[in-house]
Amino acid sequence: MIRDQEFLRDIASYCIENSKKLGATDVGVKVIHSVSENVSFRNKKLDESNRADSFAVNLTTYIEKKKSSINSSDLSKSNLEKLIERCIDATKITPSDENNSLPDKDLMSKEIRDLNLYDETHYPNDKKIEFLKNVEETASTDEKIVNTEAGFTENKNNFILANSNGFLGGYKTSYFSSSCVAVSRINGAMERDYEFGSTRFLEDMMEPEEIGKIAADKAIKKLGPKKIKSEKIGVIFDKRISKGILSTLASAISASAIARGTSFLKDQINSEVFPNSINIIDDPKIEKGLGSQNFDSEGVETNSLKLVENGILKNYLIDTYYGKKLNLKSNGRSGGTTNLYFENGTLSFKDLLNSEKKFLYITETIGHGGNIITGDYSVGASGFMVEDGELTYPVSEITIAGNFKEMFKNITLANDLEMKYSTNAPTLLINQMTVAGK
Amino acid sequence: MSNFFKETDIDTSQAEAIVTETLKNCDDGELYLENHKSESIILDDNKIKSSTYNSDQGYGFRAVTGEVVAYSHSNDISKESLRKSSDNLKDTLKSKKGTYNHEIPKTNNKYYENINPIESKTFDSKIDLLNSVNNYLRSKGSIVNQVTANFLGEHKSIEIIRSDNQVLKDDRPLVRFNVSVVLEKNGKKETGVYGVGGRQSYDDYLKDGSWKDVCDEAFRIANVNLESKPAPAGEMKVVLGPGWPAILIHEAIGHGLEGDFNRKKTSAFHNLMGQQVASEGVTIVDDGTLHQRRGSLTIDDEGTPTENTVLIENGILKNYMQDRLNARLMGTKSTGSGRRESYKHVVLPRMRNTMMLSGKYSQDEMISSVDKGIFAVSFGGGQVDITSGKFVFNCTEAYEINNGKIGSPIKGATLIGDGPSILKEVSLVGNDMKLDPGIGTCGKAGQGVPVGVAQPSILINKMTVGGTKL
Repeated sequence: MIRDQEFLRDIASYCIENSKKLGATDVGVKVIHSVSENVSFRNKKLDESNRADSFAVNLTTYIEKKKSSINSSDLSKSNLEKLIERCIDATKITPSDENNSLPDKDLMSKEIRDLNLYDETHYPNDKKIEFLKNVEETASTDEKIVNTEAGFTENKNNFILANSNGFLGGYKTSYFSSSCVAVSRINGAMERDYEFGSTRFLEDMMEPEEIGKIAADKAIKKLGPKKIKSEKIGVIFDKRISKGILSTLASAISASAIARGTSFLKDQINSEVFPNSINIIDDPKIEKGLGSQNFDSEGVETNSLKLVENGILKNYLIDTYYGKKLNLKSNGRSGGTTNLYFENGTLSFKDLLNSEKKFLYITETIGHGGNIITGDYSVGASGFMVEDGELTYPVSEITIAGNFKEMFKNITLANDLEMKYSTNAPTLLINQMTVAGK
Repeated sequence: MSNFFKETDIDTSQAEAIVTETLKNCDDGELYLENHKSESIILDDNKIKSSTYNSDQGYGFRAVTGEVVAYSHSNDISKESLRKSSDNLKDTLKSKKGTYNHEIPKTNNKYYENINPIESKTFDSKIDLLNSVNNYLRSKGSIVNQVTANFLGEHKSIEIIRSDNQVLKDDRPLVRFNVSVVLEKNGKKETGVYGVGGRQSYDDYLKDGSWKDVCDEAFRIANVNLESKPAPAGEMKVVLGPGWPAILIHEAIGHGLEGDFNRKKTSAFHNLMGQQVASEGVTIVDDGTLHQRRGSLTIDDEGTPTENTVLIENGILKNYMQDRLNARLMGTKSTGSGRRESYKHVVLPRMRNTMMLSGKYSQDEMISSVDKGIFAVSFGGGQVDITSGKFVFNCTEAYEINNGKIGSPIKGATLIGDGPSILKEVSLVGNDMKLDPGIGTCGKAGQGVPVGVAQPSILINKMTVGGTKL
């Protein structure tokens, strides 16, 4: 069972007190307990059952402007005592940095709202197995499906974050996820696709039949792909990958990238970065949200933030350290974005597909071909050709390339936003990218 | 060597008894104990950005019968915790019956010393060196915009307790030293990254000013990229330089030859054993026995001694890489490729040091044979879809080739190919095999493990280059 707040609080207090005794002027500590149970199936048979029970302490000690950290999974006081000593010793000989400090007291989270992030329901392994049988049963209906894998994970977490300025807060969270991977085959060539659902509450989980059917349908549709000729063409990003555009934006507007001068969006605050129809929001207070939080990883209150308003970049993602470098206050984004999304566009999915005679529709990208410093982007891709609004044939072994600065300015959004992940985007079109194929 | 049961309410013989009792009706399994110490010291933006020390200890208890793996892990090494895990494993496998395979080869080989790299260099001297790196690079002129350098060091002790008191142990040092530099000229910014490492002390890689070579190389790559033009788009000939570009082999071939994907028949290679999968002259091995290399292991994470596994010999597919589970189910032997990131992770068949061996051609011969193509010298990372066989990797240093001559540097671009057919497109294999500098980490199923790669220069007849210039 998951340990309670009191247990975690004891350890946090022990760390703070002992660090101060040994000479720390400031201390920040996080204590976490998580229990996770995972069952996986393969071709309708049990494949793996995995139970994880993990503790972690992350401690940062300051002596004036000097700072050092330790992490440990062993919560015994004898171990912690040794590690705290080691941490203080390292702090003493680490050079000072004038930007090192705990967050300003007046920015700290004052009250913890119940955002409905914890479902205490335990889904026993027998039930998980039943669920997965249904997933795979549906996934393997078509004879073109030659392999299926399915998994169900249940995760329960509890944590305490505390610092020597008196901040102390924490709460439980839960997470359920289920996935299915289907492999299809025709004429000896195979394709793979997947579907998954993740929720805070068990009752919100997708039906197993739905997960299995979507994975299988997608894998079958990909069979017999063609490699197309290299050309400049409009590229539509499926919802599974369009959210990647937002992750790129998040990296490029993090205070660290801005302060270090290593972002293609440096000096772009209050400038038009997207078309003026586009709004981008990061909202930590969505009930049951997968990215929801009361405060950030330093304990700073987080509130909803309009990152982009009418196409104009309005905010960076700021933590305490890089905030000081930039002369800006933390806006509670130490640890990154929360529930990040594009506001819906105006075109329906169908209208978007019909807005030109021909598009490339991308359902998957591979590789890490985004460069945050230059904005250059080049990744492997697969998907479908769209002609006269219809998906005509699958495409693979191609790359798509461009530069984020231009890509951002050429985005058109559909109106099919769903809140399925912590970062969400509707289907989107980028006019004119370079496709490399034959 | 860690004593895992010191300061606990359980001793080795009691733990052994729980293991033997839990696994009595299983085909395989073990109690894997791990003590992991690591440090990270980062200099960034002229400051020591962070210094972190991690101390992690725990166990992973595994029971395997047939194809089913039951796993339970915890930080809490205690009688109660082990019993709970044991009950959990027995409950999962209650309807199965197996016969324990006690056979595990022994070894006296050691491919690295039991040193703790964190303690073998003082904290002060690490800070001093990071500051020297910063000063050295910034002294190269005002085009130096940003310098990041870091030490990553670790020491891992493992103990594997198998049924009937078989105990296997290993102590593994590992270090990595990285430098990244951002240069700015005429409003254009580019990065260069270089690093070194392996299973020795930091000073083995950095002594006699050799840290300056690491800085110079990072600077050189960034400088080349400042002059880069947009990369071409489309199919063309590609010459790969020796060493680190072998991540092409790792992605395109390596993952597809891991036992699990072939047992499950989800690899594009699963029905190609014994067949010609590469041009003649192409030999690829996966070697865990190279001294002090990043991907080397004395024993793998199941206790099997590692070996030099021939994967492809003169173009013919010879072996898959196996852990015990997949080997048993496929009727073969473990190749000592069973690895896990930590006690929190299940064992999977993984690569160690994956190498294409030298052929007979010189790099000059390759380049002069190309009318239009690219010469790729350094890479970021790669990825593969093992089912469709499609793989990518990202160039971080590459040049145009025009009429047999190396031309301008080109911007970073992704190269994409098809694993099972790419090796048939290798038309020339160079005579200059080189190991990578010791910086690779391979990700699979959410688990990262240190690996190495090596290859000579090779000429590939046809690959798709993902640039922007048509």
